[in-house]
Amino acid sequence: MRQEQTIPEEPGGRPPSQNTAADSPETDTAFWQDPDKRAVIFQVAALAVVLLVGYYLFSNTLANLERQNIATGFDFMDKEASFEVGESLIPYSAADTYARALLVGVLNTLKVSFIGIILTVVIGTLVGIARLSTNWLLSKMAGGYIEVLQDIPVLLQLFFWYAIFYDVFPSPRQALHPITGVFVSNRGLVFAVPESHPVHTAMGIAFLVACAAVYFLRRWARKRQMKTGRIFPVFRVSLIVLIGFPLAVWLLGGAPAKMNIPELRGFNFRGGINVSPEFAALLMGLVLYTSAFVAEIVRAGIQSVSKGQTEAALTLGLRPAMVLNLVILPQALRVIIPPLTSQMLNLTKNSSLAVAIGFPDFVSVANTTINQTGQAIEGIALIMAVYLFFSLLTSAFMNWYNQKARLVER
Amino acid sequence: MTDTTHFTRPEPETDEIKPPVTQVGVIGWIKANLFNTWYNSVLTLAVLFALWQLAPPLVEWAFLDSRWYTDSEACRTTDGACWSIIPNNIRFILFGFYPPSEQWRPLLAVILLVALLFISRNRRFWRKPLAYAWMGGLVVMGILMRGGILGLDPVESSQWGGLPLTLMLSVFGLTAAYPLGVVLALGRQSRMPAIKSLCVIYIELIRGVPLISLLFMSAVIFPLFLPEGITINKILRAQVAIILFTAAYVAEVVRGGLQAIPKGQYEAADSLGLNYFQTMRLIILPQALKIVIPPTVSVLISAFKDTSLVVIIALYDILKTTQSTLSNPKWMGYSTEAYLFLAVVYFICCFFMSTFSRKLERELAT
Repeated sequence: MRQEQTIPEEPGGRPPSQNTAADSPETDTAFWQDPDKRAVIFQVAALAVVLLVGYYLFSNTLANLERQNIATGFDFMDKEASFEVGESLIPYSAADTYARALLVGVLNTLKVSFIGIILTVVIGTLVGIARLSTNWLLSKMAGGYIEVLQDIPVLLQLFFWYAIFYDVFPSPRQALHPITGVFVSNRGLVFAVPESHPVHTAMGIAFLVACAAVYFLRRWARKRQMKTGRIFPVFRVSLIVLIGFPLAVWLLGGAPAKMNIPELRGFNFRGGINVSPEFAALLMGLVLYTSAFVAEIVRAGIQSVSKGQTEAALTLGLRPAMVLNLVILPQALRVIIPPLTSQMLNLTKNSSLAVAIGFPDFVSVANTTINQTGQAIEGIALIMAVYLFFSLLTSAFMNWYNQKARLVER
Repeated sequence: MTDTTHFTRPEPETDEIKPPVTQVGVIGWIKANLFNTWYNSVLTLAVLFALWQLAPPLVEWAFLDSRWYTDSEACRTTDGACWSIIPNNIRFILFGFYPPSEQWRPLLAVILLVALLFISRNRRFWRKPLAYAWMGGLVVMGILMRGGILGLDPVESSQWGGLPLTLMLSVFGLTAAYPLGVVLALGRQSRMPAIKSLCVIYIELIRGVPLISLLFMSAVIFPLFLPEGITINKILRAQVAIILFTAAYVAEVVRGGLQAIPKGQYEAADSLGLNYFQTMRLIILPQALKIVIPPTVSVLISAFKDTSLVVIIALYDILKTTQSTLSNPKWMGYSTEAYLFLAVVYFICCFFMSTFSRKLERELAT
């Protein structure tokens, strides 16, 4: 929805001092001609206006609230919510408190953002690279994808995908069955998953161990390269470790391969994992819309590295994989990462549109809370606080990254 | 050979050698652009296969089996698209609850607006008369929409809807947000700490929250801010929310432009003896605003698309009118067609804006 431009603050761009003439104490200028004093007056006036307007609005609000008998404060958080939430990552029932309902909402927002961001980055990168392909057909199709999806409001896209689910897709009895174990109907998407087995937990632990091992391997390889100049094939070894560890655990655990395949029972499917139409539509709309922007960012990032860099690296005798790894990517990523982070933040903020198609994200739950308690100010303040927290977290990361990735110039 | 042809070139022994067929013409182009390497060949074939699988059913659905100007009954007899939903409901989709007998007025207002926008595309007309034309145009549009004078029946703003509402929210939103954004950007660059921190807080606060929360605020909280007895209509409140939101984004873009101006420009302005306002108006802003035309236009395009969010606070913009059409039992189930139509409308508008931005960028290149 939004394209954010994040520009690091630079003191150099600020207007320099203009008060060269009035600085000397001897010159006898009236106070309204002395820029320093005038600045103080301006600031005091501006602050006074803001405070007065704020006070005026605040007192009006208090009077209005009192007249309409609306409670204030966050006491409602501990009361019973008495509404159901469609889907939840943690156990929740209508008898739980508002606080827990809101927590369910936050978790749902995080869930859709997390999955959405991963899919967006993957699809966006692929489309961005396709746009630069020498294959005319592929490049034009990527161009069309980018142009069309960028220019259609994300809310319309959400409605469209949601409509596809409830208008076009058949009922579970005639569910579409594109590949084995996947069923698409107007009740959502159902797909088969491996039957739960104790080995899976062990595999998860093995994967985490592998991640840690890769981290230390990379550090060691970098150190060795700095010292001796010899390059260790980090990527290939990491891949083997990341896949090998869990696979080995799986084989040791007796290789349980039983699948939990969804079956039609009565009016709906049992078994497998069920993705609700709301979630699927929301994810689809957000991912397609944002990936168009990400594709443009990736394209611009790759194009920003001049051809001479590749040629120079090849002249130095680096192999193509090393050229990509050591020369192109570090430079392209410096251009790509900041706007990419903004797009991720945009996706998170746009997930608030879930309220329009009935997915219980944070805004949607908060909206229900507002309708039930009538405490609009607290509800909207909560919405703002949560999103502000996410965005401040992102900007903190960005500042850290900019600091780290800054070109060190002589 | 005879003597008379002495001064002419001898006939070539062989025919002129043409470049191989595989290098020029259609075949050459196909070879160079689609089959230049083995993986490109594979990709091309894969894409062609996908198109061959997808395109025929789509064409069949959208064109061959579709109904265009029929009633809803005729649509039930086909598997194809029912585009009839658009012509049958076009008046409601475009104008919402505006009284049908008066709908020529919003139509005229929209035509006037589009004409003004079209004239403004050309930079040769960027003079004072155009500004007067805009002011006059906006007043005429207001009169047309609202009525109440010149023998026009008054129409309450709660009856406004559809395309005029979308365009009004966008045009007023953008024109008001732009100067506000520039002021905020200047404030953020200011040397006065109080002004600077006020602007920073405002910009970061607004950019950190979704537009939807501001729209909720305008719909639910804003009435609480006002003293008893004073009410502001819903459209205006949403408009204010959109302006405040867009301004923060414009401000960030303009800041980028301000930071790109070299220090020497400020020093030159100082040495000419210009004061702050003269420096900004004559030296800094003309350069800074020009640099940031492309990102500004993308902010404006976003703002245009974002006006669709007013659906959530139940304003009848073009998206909401389309949705209400779909809740009519006669037309239920044809949402794909209706939303595709709307997507085309939005696409045309946004595409128009982005082409204009590219054109402007080319013209202003120095």
